[in-house]
Formats: sequence, structure tokens, C-alpha cells
Amino acid sequence: MKENLAIQNNKSSRLWKEIVRHKSVYLLLAIPFTYYIIFKYIPIWNAQIAFKEYWAVQGVNKSPWIGLTNFKTFISSYYFWPLIRNTIMYSVGKLIISLPLSIILSIAIYECTRPGLRKTVQTLAYLPHFLSWVIMYGILLALLSPGDGIVNDVIKYFGGKPIDFLSNTKAFPWVVLFSDAWKEMGWSAIIFIAALMGIDVSLFEAATVEGANSWQRIKYITLPAIRPVIVTVLLLKLGTILNAGFNQIFMLYSPQVYSVADIIDTWVYRQGLLEFEFGLATAVGLFKGVIGMALIMISNKLVSKMSEGSSLF
Amino acid sequence: MNQKTKTLRPVVQNKKVKLTSSDKVFNYLVNTFMVLTFLIIFIPVWSTITLSFRPNDYIGTNLEGMFLPFWRWSTDAYKALLGNNGFISAFLNSIKILIGGVASSLFLTIPLAYCLSIKTLPGRKFLNYTIVIPYVFNVGIIPVYLLIVAVGLVNKLPSVYLPGAISTYNCIIMRQFFEGIPGELKESAKIDGCSEIQILFKIILPLSKAIVMTIGLYYAVTFWNDFFNAMLYLNDSYLQPLPILLRNILMASGMNEYVEVNAFGNAPISAIKAASVFLSAIPMLMAYPFIQKYFTKGTLLGSVKG
Repeated sequence: MKENLAIQNNKSSRLWKEIVRHKSVYLLLAIPFTYYIIFKYIPIWNAQIAFKEYWAVQGVNKSPWIGLTNFKTFISSYYFWPLIRNTIMYSVGKLIISLPLSIILSIAIYECTRPGLRKTVQTLAYLPHFLSWVIMYGILLALLSPGDGIVNDVIKYFGGKPIDFLSNTKAFPWVVLFSDAWKEMGWSAIIFIAALMGIDVSLFEAATVEGANSWQRIKYITLPAIRPVIVTVLLLKLGTILNAGFNQIFMLYSPQVYSVADIIDTWVYRQGLLEFEFGLATAVGLFKGVIGMALIMISNKLVSKMSEGSSLF
Repeated sequence: MNQKTKTLRPVVQNKKVKLTSSDKVFNYLVNTFMVLTFLIIFIPVWSTITLSFRPNDYIGTNLEGMFLPFWRWSTDAYKALLGNNGFISAFLNSIKILIGGVASSLFLTIPLAYCLSIKTLPGRKFLNYTIVIPYVFNVGIIPVYLLIVAVGLVNKLPSVYLPGAISTYNCIIMRQFFEGIPGELKESAKIDGCSEIQILFKIILPLSKAIVMTIGLYYAVTFWNDFFNAMLYLNDSYLQPLPILLRNILMASGMNEYVEVNAFGNAPISAIKAASVFLSAIPMLMAYPFIQKYFTKGTLLGSVKG
């Protein structure tokens, strides 16, 4: 008994020594942690209004509790399924279009026999990633506007009727999917290019000796080399599947296309900050947050199981 | 003759092996795909640029306008924008947000990432959870909005960058980098009597220029591009940063919807819109060579280790 106690005492005093030894570290941490408490944890505390009837006069803490009413209102409402459907449709659709394109682009960049062309495409393809969606909207206007956009110039040239892409419910989803692919294709190719650069030269030597042609090389060396990266990208995407791209849709949509454009985030914005239904909007945000958290944990578990060290935390 | 090719893929030099016809088809397809990609990315950019230089007396479609010779270009739209007080003040606001944002972000992120990288720190695991939980559990925009209103940041420029001043993702990337710095360096500095703060400034930071640049640029892009926080919290028009003004210009069907009539001279409206797009993108385009150099490194740091 006594020995145990002594060991424990020893342990806690050693811990205390360690803490004292690191006191300047805790000092350094003080400001960032105060920041975390104010800007990251107070919002979590504020999220309690999802279970309350929020009155601005009474504030977050004193507004009356109403249980799950806000959640019930959301789940039983007519916009529940359209919102979920649009959110998942955009997020999965973007993946289906962008992933193959970025894989093909990475292989093309890797195999391109003209260095000038390769460098030009590489530089140009990464660029749109850094432009904001406001700027993208400006570029899309110059392309797609029904009056003088160049796409409609082409349509008119071939005798077609001009299409108002941004306010047509059939065209709008495609504008969202392809503008996203245009913006992010090059950027998402980087990770695949990195994987390709890591391929062992001896594999190509062996393939040359065996007389493999380009297609066989792609099939047996290149694609297997990036397969684990593809799986990782897919798994990480699973974690953020409810993020369908607020900034993009917010910039591009208009009331005419709400039925096909509205995603959870844009709806929360309008409901909360334009209609001032704070409680309901927070409940929907919280609903998304809880599911999102579960998905991130699952995808992170799967990724860290698959490859040591490539998980985020 | 051996055909010399310069691909990123290592090419095995072997004079006896000739390109078979299927290899030629392959190379042809690859290069065609590259040219197509180039055109698909270039045409929208080019159409916006040429549109911004469209002269007022131009008659014809925008498609034809893309081939308008240089000597017929007009800089009226740029003159009008750069001579407009609203545009200049929006530009300056954006610069202020950029500088304030990057400075406060680095000031907060570097110490945090450094402290979390110290493996002997008691409570390190707990502290790590503290930063990861809000990152994984996102409660949405309304609770943050209520906070910003409550602390009185509305109509103050920091309201744009303070909510995102520490990006947990950036912090984790930085922490991973710091963890990779050999511990012996810190140990020897400690023996010489350096405190942790001195170690951070004298040993760690000089070794971490690349990561600090990368993360700084990440933050810079985010703050320069942000329009959402600015839209929520900056209601006074003289506080508006560039993205908000740009959005207003783009959404206005007639120019005098948001500014006094003739504020922008006699350039065509579509040219003004395109020119403001281009001017908003210029700082990003100028930083782009540096961005490209550091970003590719930084992304790889974050995604594939080792």
C-alpha cells in the first residue's frame, strides 16, 4: 500500500515538474486557447437555441426551451427531402464529374511529350482554384448570359434558341457541376500527380524490356500506383458529403431556381439571416453538423485503417 | 534515331525499341487532351479579359469580340473603375482585411501549432481534442453570427477575419511540419538556456519559412476571396471590401442601381463588369507564381506524407 502511494506521489510530482518545466509553453498557448473558447466554443454553446424558441431580447441563455419542436418542424416539412436530395446530388455529382477528369488530367500531365504544353496546362489548370466564386460568377456571366454570352453566341450561330443557363431549372445543376469541375479539376489533380511522381523507375524499365505498350503501362503501372490515393480521396469526400459548396450556389442561384439549387447551407442562411428564424435555422445546421461529424469520424477511421499516417487526426 | 521525349514519367532510353502505332495513338490522345484542357480553361478567361477592353462603339457578338485586334481595345472601363472612389475604397478595405487577417492568423496559428507539436507537453492529447472537436462538429452559421453580434464586431473589419483566424486544418498541417523538425535541435538550445519562446523564434521559425509562407498564402487567399462574412457583418457601404462591390456590380442590371448615375463614365456595362472581375483577380494573379511554388508543396505536406 505504502509503496503504491509513494509511486503515485512520485508520479504526480513528476507530472507537476513537467508542467512547471513547460510553463512558458502554456503561456504561449493562452492567447490561441482564449481564441478557441470565444470563437469556436461559444458558438457550440449558442447552438442550444436549436432546442429553444429564440427571442433576441432574452438572448441565447434566457429564451424558453421547446424541446425538439424545431427539429420536428424541419423533418416533417415539404422542403426536407428536396434539401437533402439537392445537397447529396450536388456533392456526389461533383465527385462523379471531377474525379475522373482530374485523374485523366494527372495522367496526361505525367505523360505529355511536350514540356511547353505541359507547363502551360499545369500553370493554367491550378489557377481557377484561387479565384473566388464572386469572380467565377463574373466569368460565367461573360460566358453564359442569354443576351451576349459567348456560349449563347455559338448556340445562336447554329440556329438554336439562347438559353438562360442560370435561371433555367434544367440547365442550372449542370452549370453548378461543370463550373466546379472547371475550377477545381487542376487542383485536385495535384495529389494524383504527386503519387505518379513516386512511381519507381525500375517498373518502367521492366515494362520496356517486356515490350509493353503505352496502354499496358497505364493499366499495369500507372493506375495501380494511384489507386490508393483514389480510395483515400473518396473516403475523405464521404466525410464532407453534406458540404455541397455554399459559396458557389449562393453566388449562382436566384429565386427562379431555388427548387433545384437550394442546399442545406443556403436554406439555413435564408431561413436564419433573412427570415430571422434563428431557432429553426440553427436546428437544421445542428442536424447537418451531427451527421457530418459522424461521417467525418467514419471516413477518418477508414482512411487511417487503410494507410498509416494519412488521416487528419 | 531515338526519339527524345521529355515527360514527367521517367523515359527508358532504349534505341532498339521503336514507338509502336498504339504508342503513337496514345501520345496523340494525350497531347490532344492537353490542348483541349488548355482551351477549356483559357477561353472563359480570355473572353472575360477581351470583354473588359471592349470599346464603346463596338458592334458585334462577344464571340467575335474575342478576336478583336489589340489596337481597337479600349481601357475606358479600367479608367472608369480606377477613377471611382467607391472602387478604390473597396480595394483598400480588402487590403486592410488581407493584412489584418494574415497577421492575426499567423500570430495565433504559429504558437498553437508549435505548442501542440511538443510531444512531452502534459495534457497535449486533451489540447489536441480541444482544437479538433469544433473542427469536426460544425454547428453552422447562426451560432457564430449571434456571437459576432454579441461581442460587438458588427461593422468592424475584424469581423471578416476573426471568425476564421485559426483554421484548424492549417494548424494541423503546421503542427505536422513542426513535429518533423529533429528534437536534438531543441534539446541543445534548451541546454544553452533558451526558453520555449526563444526556441520558437530562434530555431523553429527560421527552419519553417516554407510552411509559414504556405499557410500565410492559404490564409491570404481565403481572406481576399471572402464575401460571406463581409456580407453578414459589414453593413456600412464605406466598409465594403472588393468582393462585395464586385458582387453588387455583377448583380446590377443597370449601373446606376447602386451608384450615382454616370459614376463610371461611358464604358459599356458589360466591359465594366468584366474589368472589375479582372481587377479583383489581379492581386491573386500577381501572387500566383509564389502561390504555385509554395502551395503545391503545402498541399502535398497535408495530403501524402513521406
